[in-house]
Amino acid sequence: MTFKLTPLVASLASALALTALSASAVTIRIGNQGDALSMDPHSLNESLQITVVENVYESLVSRDANYKLTPLLATSWKQTAPTVWRFDLRKDVKFHDGTPFTADDVIFSYERAKGDGSDMKSYVGQFKEIKKVNDHTIDIITNAPFPIVPELITHWAIMSKKWCEENQATKPVDRRKGIENAASFRANGTGPFVVKERQPNVQTRFARNFNYWGKVTGNVDEVVFSVIGNDATRVAAMLSGELDIMEPVPVQDVERLKSNDKLKILQGPELRAIFLGMDQKRDELLYSNVKGKNPFKDIRVRKAFYQAIDIETIKSRVMRGAATPLGLMLPPQVNGFAPDLAKRMPYDAEAAKKLLTEAGYPSGFEVKMNCPNDRYVNDAEICQAVAANLAKIGVKINLEAETKGTYFPKILSRNTSFYMLGWTASTVDAHNVLYPILSTPGDGGRGQFNLGAYSNPKVDELTDKVASETDQKKRNEMIREAMKIHQDDVGHLPLHQQALNWAVKKNIELVQHPDNNMAWKFITVKP
Amino acid sequence: MTQTWQRWWHSDLGYSFRTSPLAIAAALIAFVCIFCSVFAAWVSPTNPFDLATLELSDARLPPAWMQGGSSKYVLGSDDQGRDILSALIYGARISLVVGVASVLVSVLVGVSMGLLAGYRGGWIDTMLMRLCDVMLSFPAILVALLIAGVGRALFPNADESLAFGVLIISISLTGWVQYARTVRGTTMVERNKEYVQAARVTGVSSGRIMLRHVLPNVLGPVMVLATIQVATAIITEATLSFLGVGVPPTSPSLGTLIRVGNDYLFSGEWWITIFPGLMLVLIALSVNLLGDWLRDALNPRLR
Repeated sequence: MTFKLTPLVASLASALALTALSASAVTIRIGNQGDALSMDPHSLNESLQITVVENVYESLVSRDANYKLTPLLATSWKQTAPTVWRFDLRKDVKFHDGTPFTADDVIFSYERAKGDGSDMKSYVGQFKEIKKVNDHTIDIITNAPFPIVPELITHWAIMSKKWCEENQATKPVDRRKGIENAASFRANGTGPFVVKERQPNVQTRFARNFNYWGKVTGNVDEVVFSVIGNDATRVAAMLSGELDIMEPVPVQDVERLKSNDKLKILQGPELRAIFLGMDQKRDELLYSNVKGKNPFKDIRVRKAFYQAIDIETIKSRVMRGAATPLGLMLPPQVNGFAPDLAKRMPYDAEAAKKLLTEAGYPSGFEVKMNCPNDRYVNDAEICQAVAANLAKIGVKINLEAETKGTYFPKILSRNTSFYMLGWTASTVDAHNVLYPILSTPGDGGRGQFNLGAYSNPKVDELTDKVASETDQKKRNEMIREAMKIHQDDVGHLPLHQQALNWAVKKNIELVQHPDNNMAWKFITVKP
Repeated sequence: MTQTWQRWWHSDLGYSFRTSPLAIAAALIAFVCIFCSVFAAWVSPTNPFDLATLELSDARLPPAWMQGGSSKYVLGSDDQGRDILSALIYGARISLVVGVASVLVSVLVGVSMGLLAGYRGGWIDTMLMRLCDVMLSFPAILVALLIAGVGRALFPNADESLAFGVLIISISLTGWVQYARTVRGTTMVERNKEYVQAARVTGVSSGRIMLRHVLPNVLGPVMVLATIQVATAIITEATLSFLGVGVPPTSPSLGTLIRVGNDYLFSGEWWITIFPGLMLVLIALSVNLLGDWLRDALNPRLR
């Protein structure tokens, strides 16, 4: 009997092994409220776009599972002179199409990322030049000593020179001007995943790059990234098991998902500061009933707006507690945060009304507010609440809440009077707030996201000093001073720091970075 | 006035109305809705479009009869602290205005097109009817979405009233085809009847024949169609607002309220979406029932 059974058992076992083998192609389905607007890594400096595209393209330096700096396409770096950083590049790295990665690709990517149409100027635009030493060594040369070069280039993706030239994609995709090219739909990076199929704003499929140069700790073979804008639909998809990972979890559904025993919720403070900006440059606002002058040039108006916003109620009612109100333009986790400056000006509608009257608008005025409705947590709801707050001091807000695909091209071309933006200091250092957000717009990515063109020469001067100062104590003192000036000027209206909320199936292990980055190479699916 | 009323009451139509409980109920509901919408400023407890009166700290309160509810918000409040009952009344007003106005526009366009095509015939008829075919081959929502989108891009500085205009035009542009078709058919029948020929022989101009003689005789089916179309237009408006291309979020219509509430269905705050949904059903149903009754009452074969 036993003899007879053995072959049966053996065949059963082999059949089982076969199913195990075929089941081992691990597919992960990720649902997000929005899409990466393009596959071009230099086209939009936005967290979601960066986190998706960085699974395909890589930078010289990156961050590991513990958010510490780690070599990626560079193997090591050192300062050979105060203004020179030498990077040794990794050998034996190939792009997805098989072309070897060399210093020429780095130089090309530098020119591309600092050139016309690039949204990444604030990262590489500050360098004087990048010199090729040999095929696998480059020098980054700065105008003044620049101690945080490695931190600064973690989101500067390297593209293949040959591929870009062959595909007429040597200039970045620029949505502001409606410029599209092949790099928007196809990709050729060095990263652990390749783009298989792309349907913008619907679904993008990625497959594992089995020729990847490095070791991948996760076991994911395929990633299906789907866009589900509606909160309720996204939650339903997660609950029904159609998704493995979902981000962000709508704050109203956190408790419900937490109570589901198949899911876990990963939460943490996000490095992002949400704020409102005002056009302070034009002599007449584009979208307002005030003609011949710009009310936002008057600090009393800006202060009135600030004090009219009831941030605590927005926190408790709109964000359901999942936010930390900010008095500064950066959250406590970022280097340079000054606790003594963190206190907000008090919410005081009476004082705001008085300020507005003093400024010459006793009965308020009308202004259009631009707002995304699928980018930040409850973004449109926050804007509506702000509009209601401002209505109490007589300011009529014409709210335009729209999807980020139309929102970003509009506000990045500064076609706005009053807007909402969120900013993550990707270097985890205040300089990455000072330079792109608080400095006067200029060359090399300076003030590239200072969309209302707030300008104070003292802040600009301090920003330059902060960039080159090596003494940490002195440096933090300068950051503090610049932040204080901006705060006193009410250059922007900081709102809050939102919380990260990811829903993940219980059998999935992954790494959540505080800048909301999800590297798929760290994702492990347990059977 | 009383005389017209008396005449109507004793007419066939009046009799059919008096004997149909369904029609009476529908008329009653429609009347209440219309009354509330017209006198919204006096009927509703608060003005939900006045942002200055919103209290964010009262956001998402349940209806008064539930635990945690407040008598200030009988049907609860939405995510911005808006009283749902007031929002319903004002939302119904938007829906009715958009519905009626877009039907009026499409009746005007459709009836004149149909009259012209049916009476004149020939190449005018062919051209207009092919245009109808083209319009019919697009789904109504798609055309409305397209026009609403283009309108918004053309007038980026549009204030709210213009948004309504775009909404009305986008709905009526898809609605006129049905009237044109119906009117053309009946006109072609009427055209060859003796009274029209008599008028033509006595030298009445074609324009006058169309307006004074043919039009009154083709209006019956148009009335029925228009009543039913009001309901369709209201639903189209709600759909467009639900999709986010309708009225601005700071002055929500029923569709906007349903969309907003949709996000909170899972977290147990059902009242934000259920009440506007019920209101929409109530309005559309009552108008539809009235249309049905009118069709039956005007149909000579059922008399």
